[in-house]
Amino acid sequence: MRYIPNTPDDRSAMLRDIGVSSFEELLEQVPASLRLNRPLKIADGQSEWQVRRDLTHMSEKNLSAMGHACFMGAGSYDHYVPAAVNALASRSEYVTAYTPYQPEVAQGTLQVIFEFQSMICELFGMPAANASMYDGGTALSEAIAMARAHTKRQRIVWTEAVHPSYRRVAETNNIALGMTFDVAPCPNGSQSNDTISMLLGDDVAALVVQYPNFFGIIDDLKQLVDRAHSHGTLVVFVTDPMAMGLLKSPGQLGADIVVGEGQCLGNYMSYGGPYLGLFAASSELVRLMPGRIVGITKDVDGRRGFVLTLQTREQHIRRDKATSNICTNQGLLATRATFYMSMLGPTGLKDIGVASARRTQYLMKKLEAVPGFSIAHKGVHFREFLLKVPGDARLFFKFMSENGILAGIPLTKFGMTDERGLLVALTETRTLEEMDKYVALATGYATGGMK
Amino acid sequence: MKRDVTSLQSETKLIFEHSHEGRTGFQAPPTPDSLPAFELPAELQRKNAPRLPEVAESTAVRHYVNLSTRNHHIDRDFYPLGSCTMKYNPKINDEVAALPGFAGLSPWQPASTVQGALELLGELSDALLEVTGMDNITLQPAAGAQGEFTALLMFRAYHMKKGNVRKRIVIPDSAHGTNPASIVLAGYGVTQLPSDSNGLMDIEALKRTLDEDVAGLMITNPNTIGLFESNIAKIIDLVHDAGGLVYMDGANLNALLGISRPGDMGFDACHINLHKTFSTPHGGGGPGSGPVAIKEKLARHLPVPVLKKNGDLFVWDWNRPDSIGSVHTYYGNFGMHVRALAYIRSLGGNGLHAISENAIINANYLRKKLSPTYQIYIDKPCMHEAVFSGNNQKAKGVRTTDIAKRLLDYGIHPPTVYFPLIVPECLMIEPTESETKETLDEFIEVMQQIDREATETPDLLKHAPYTTPVRRLDEAGAARNLNIRYFDNANA
Repeated sequence: MRYIPNTPDDRSAMLRDIGVSSFEELLEQVPASLRLNRPLKIADGQSEWQVRRDLTHMSEKNLSAMGHACFMGAGSYDHYVPAAVNALASRSEYVTAYTPYQPEVAQGTLQVIFEFQSMICELFGMPAANASMYDGGTALSEAIAMARAHTKRQRIVWTEAVHPSYRRVAETNNIALGMTFDVAPCPNGSQSNDTISMLLGDDVAALVVQYPNFFGIIDDLKQLVDRAHSHGTLVVFVTDPMAMGLLKSPGQLGADIVVGEGQCLGNYMSYGGPYLGLFAASSELVRLMPGRIVGITKDVDGRRGFVLTLQTREQHIRRDKATSNICTNQGLLATRATFYMSMLGPTGLKDIGVASARRTQYLMKKLEAVPGFSIAHKGVHFREFLLKVPGDARLFFKFMSENGILAGIPLTKFGMTDERGLLVALTETRTLEEMDKYVALATGYATGGMK
Repeated sequence: MKRDVTSLQSETKLIFEHSHEGRTGFQAPPTPDSLPAFELPAELQRKNAPRLPEVAESTAVRHYVNLSTRNHHIDRDFYPLGSCTMKYNPKINDEVAALPGFAGLSPWQPASTVQGALELLGELSDALLEVTGMDNITLQPAAGAQGEFTALLMFRAYHMKKGNVRKRIVIPDSAHGTNPASIVLAGYGVTQLPSDSNGLMDIEALKRTLDEDVAGLMITNPNTIGLFESNIAKIIDLVHDAGGLVYMDGANLNALLGISRPGDMGFDACHINLHKTFSTPHGGGGPGSGPVAIKEKLARHLPVPVLKKNGDLFVWDWNRPDSIGSVHTYYGNFGMHVRALAYIRSLGGNGLHAISENAIINANYLRKKLSPTYQIYIDKPCMHEAVFSGNNQKAKGVRTTDIAKRLLDYGIHPPTVYFPLIVPECLMIEPTESETKETLDEFIEVMQQIDREATETPDLLKHAPYTTPVRRLDEAGAARNLNIRYFDNANA
């Protein structure tokens, strides 16, 4: 058994030293009636070669972004992951370490988290960030729980242009606490409208907006933020970190809490996980933050060092009074994000933003000119837009996928009723050839009738 | 002179302190000139770029390689953290998770285009159901704590459907901190019961608290003292008779594979830490994965979507009106699911049983060999971990913290300390099945040596460690003078 070093002889010797004659004697506390008494019905162990062969075969049954041009987004993006990120993040020192509860032998992990927090603060223009949540949706869940704890209010207002899946997750995670949720419609895809303000009031714990929004539009949110603040309502921004080289930061717009999906920062799409939730907050909310936080301190000889701090917020100390139940987080993904951001630097971040945005403008312009297709919304789009296709978007997706393109996400996937809607996303890895092929196929699809 | 002779301790620069204007470690793919410009209205434009470090790739690599050497990790040496199951993480698992046909999948792809991935999730689900003896499962929870919470929401939905949501969940005082924290988030109050003198659930205390307000019981089995709750069938019956449900915290499942199954014990739900029992790496704090296996009576409340098979095709079922909703944006930590299945396939049914057998033998070996020196909390055969009290050493003026810090000097990661809370000066030791007898013998010698040091040179222990990259750190000071980011002013 290649992962179990003890030989039968080792076991006999150890059992003898323990003072028992058989392994069974060690199980005396397990009542006979509760023993399984038969082998597990799981196939016999395989050689490593077989495991690799079979799982590779399984993986090849999937249609992946590695073989297709991927125009799918909605929180999960096909960015390039530099080789150095993979090389660094496959080091055992990062991969096989536990949570840094013994800081003297976990300075590597702790310093990386400190750097991660610092970078997230920079991106979002916020004074405090934690070491990660599970994903974008759970980060939003925690933001809402935090707003409730801070304001002692029970109502949340969010817009239709906040990711519907994040909203579903945040509702599930907060429903037992008696939270209620009002969704403000965004008829033109924009969050700059009066209906949203009308839903606000002195009983609202938090207003949640997305920036750029779910449909890819960059809304001007300053007035809305001020309006919410005038009610003592906290404002939560769901933010795409990849836009932060170009857009005014949520911090500058007055955000109290900023959350986001960090997958795009050096992590693979990997069928939805593992990802990492980004979480940042204003100074006055720091002590209500969920999750792990690393701070600087000194050792007994006066050297700079790093430790987990404010642990009295956390479940292992505070138990039922903790700010959250989170324990294990997404450490290795945050580590990858740190490596990625350090290599990107401010120019790389901006370059990816511009590259994605220019491709988006190009494809929008081209598709708008294809008969039967239209762009659903006006407004400045960052790297995503809602395309109206002729007929059911699921059929269009199927047609395109048979031609090497994952064309976008049908809106029906999010429980929305618009059958013609397809959410299309671009990253720096989409080429001119792929975009032109997209347009050519769309043209053929339209003229060839609705397949 | 900036560089000093290499010594045991050192400070490292932060990546920001390597930053040099104009450097970068990244080149974006070119954007053809023919593409339109991106025109952003001035009021939306960012004026000050985020101050990410400006370093070449080589600088970043050197920096993070150097930082990595300041970590202890399983591939370097023994890591007997109780309740954390720090076993060897096979390398093939990481390799298959990185296959392009897995790593390159968008979660939004239609089921028909990801049949291989769904087949994998189906096979993993079946294996976990066989191991736990349960009827149905969700792989969605991203960690154990989220698994607990997910199950509690299902308990809540179950009781609501029956017309009385109930008010409290009972836990023993030896429970992990996540249990009470999850209970509160699920909208329940916490009733904590003291353990009996054998370190087990106190049945009389349980009887006294059970009434129609109790929604359920959460219990870890084997418990955090490393003991199997031998009255578990009785305990579960009592809770069921009172109309409650019973949850098994699966943190210690590494003791039970092929030996005893939570479903057969009568549990209604349990979570499985793939990052403990099924060897997915801890990653310095995550990612984990905490699937929840349940009995049929809870199936209608499973989070959506639920994996099912229509003929030969795997599909996601969203049409489940009694579902609690979703706890994760997608389907959970898929990359961890791939790793766990690779592990299960590598071991097979017999191999999984051998895991638990060897984990239990290793733990009992340590129990037996260390108990003359360290006070065993309950003097009985243990399951996968042995729990000691540092009382003998405390009598010599040395605390468990000091023992832990001294272990670092010997290159060994300390056991879990001061947990469970009911054990004074607690040392909770979980060797796992991955360790050789030779490693265990070395550990025993080191622990005996530390005990001698406690007698002869207690001050040596009180100031340990001496050989680590930094020495004892001022944790109270870190909380008092909070410094959690590099730049002290926001740059919006």
